[in-house]
Amino acid sequence: MPTASRDIVVSNKLGLHARPAMQFVDVANQFTSSVTVHKGGEEPCDADGKSVMQMIILAATEGTPLRIEADGDDAQTAVDKLAELFEKKFGEEE
Amino acid sequence: MKLREFIVADAIVPELAATDRDGAIRELVTSLSGAGALPAESVDEVVAALIKREQNGSTGFGKGVAVPHVKHGKVRRMSGTIGRSANGIDFAALDHQPVYSVVLLLSPDNQPQQHLQAMNIVFSNLQKDTFRRFLRQSTTRDAITDLLDEADQGK
Repeated sequence: MPTASRDIVVSNKLGLHARPAMQFVDVANQFTSSVTVHKGGEEPCDADGKSVMQMIILAATEGTPLRIEADGDDAQTAVDKLAELFEKKFGEEE
Repeated sequence: MKLREFIVADAIVPELAATDRDGAIRELVTSLSGAGALPAESVDEVVAALIKREQNGSTGFGKGVAVPHVKHGKVRRMSGTIGRSANGIDFAALDHQPVYSVVLLLSPDNQPQQHLQAMNIVFSNLQKDTFRRFLRQSTTRDAITDLLDEADQGK
């Protein structure tokens, strides 16, 4: 089964709050691959990228390193699309 | 961070009179204001901001719970409260099920990290089946604060 991963850093000022978490899950659910998000830094933890609650529990603030991992036939596309959300700061201005 | 650091016990509503989302939000914000957590003159503005937030995307994340929240300039200190509805309220939840427990959170607009930590502790508990079940079954303010204390102690 193909896997793909990408390291990113949370760059929007408000961090991964509820709205971006939901946006992430919406996109993750467009793919058949499983999606896991690993949080690095001082308090590492993992979240199912298709669960809003788990993504909010990550409490990833600005500057937090995250690894997005996907496992499945569309893994690479999923990781690319999900990383793009962070690159575009979830449409937030800062 | 612990739940009891920001959940205002005196503002907990063990049985919501409201039967719809906007009414429940107003009832909880009014209760927070009555407990001294928000000036009375800011209630309308904060209620409107919370409803607008819900319209942008429901905070009913499923499993019978909703977490309406907003960052607002009129909020000086992060504070939250809990409302229970025996009959359930339509929050346009993601799983289309009624909401029995509402955790409402108000945060100042300049402390995003504190807000994320509060959401972390709220959802860490709401994810637990036992916590959700006990919350739904707690019919008094004392029972709910006891539950929060136990959760804070990691029981």
